[in-house]
Amino acid sequence: MKTDQLISALSADRLAPTRPIDRSIVIALLGGSALAAIVFALLLNVRANAVESLGEWRFVMKFVVTLGLALPAISLLLRSARPLPGRMPWGLLLIAPLILGIGVASELLSMPSAAWSRRLMGHNTLYCLTLIPLLSIAPLVWVFAAMKRSAPERPGVAGAVSGLVCSCIAAALYAMHCSDDSPLFVATWYVIAIGAVTLIASCVGARLLRW
Amino acid sequence: MDRLQREHEWTLLMRAALQGDEPAYRRLLSSLSQGLRVIVRSRLQRLGSTPAEAEDVVQEILLALHLKRNTWDPQTQLAPWVAAITRNKLVDTFRRRGHREEIQIESVIDSLQSDSIGDDTDAADVERMLRELSPQQRDIVQSIALEGRGTQETAAKLRMTEVAVRVALHRSLKALAARFRSDG
Repeated sequence: MKTDQLISALSADRLAPTRPIDRSIVIALLGGSALAAIVFALLLNVRANAVESLGEWRFVMKFVVTLGLALPAISLLLRSARPLPGRMPWGLLLIAPLILGIGVASELLSMPSAAWSRRLMGHNTLYCLTLIPLLSIAPLVWVFAAMKRSAPERPGVAGAVSGLVCSCIAAALYAMHCSDDSPLFVATWYVIAIGAVTLIASCVGARLLRW
Repeated sequence: MDRLQREHEWTLLMRAALQGDEPAYRRLLSSLSQGLRVIVRSRLQRLGSTPAEAEDVVQEILLALHLKRNTWDPQTQLAPWVAAITRNKLVDTFRRRGHREEIQIESVIDSLQSDSIGDDTDAADVERMLRELSPQQRDIVQSIALEGRGTQETAAKLRMTEVAVRVALHRSLKALAARFRSDG
């Protein structure tokens, strides 16, 4: 086929995507989060003392950290979807770990060392490791479907960032149920769950998001 | 026409194309294909590629520009985005042949302005390319691309609805893009 002929076929194609990729991604994030919230409502519940706990810094910090990671990750996701991403603001991802680090330090200072390991292990590590990935599934599938329309410069990175965003949203949801508030618990088990989802999404993205 | 003017014209043409202006889109793709041909040929020369092989890559880039046009932000200029897609596809092409290549976006943007070096040599022979498609897709691509019919006319000829023709055309283009991707 001559190139001019291909151009005829291309200009006759009215079904090529026109919705901006940013909008596709935002829709996927909103829809995916809503689905994750439904899964949460079906399987879990908001813990009984949630409202009183809002006065407890450890409980509030779980949301500050997970959402504080999700927001800059969303801006990275929107950029990574383009062939010319520009300067990726990776540094903003450090804010949440910094806050978590301060939380861990205050926990270590305010608790006797005998309590450390009990607080680190918490009540339900297995729950945390299962439910955060489980709640990530719906948003991840939706976000990947949107990202299939993207043109990432680095598909593996785009996949990883998708995983990071979705698992942080899932972790923020799970935090409403989870009764372990110690920063030691969050810095261990939440981080492992988020890291695992991000790693898997990176591998999937490296294959699925090639274009 | 000077360089910035030309780049601005491309931007305007793509904005019009996204609103459904078919002649504008055709003009844009023809204009871009000339610069792309120059870039691809000069880059691939080092691999000892023939002009026909280079034309294959030009077509691969055009398909990507088409299928990924939603990743361009209409508030920005078009040329850097075209250059980014082009660089990406060139790097892929080199990688498929076992070479690593660093390509600067700026140098691609500069060469996009080049005027045609003549012919669009037949890229990979039509037969091989169309073989990847289903018989129906093949008929449709043949009618629209090779015989120059519109979608409506093609639908009448093949006794299909126009919607079905459009869907099949779009799928064919996606299949062609995928074929490039899996090559080698």
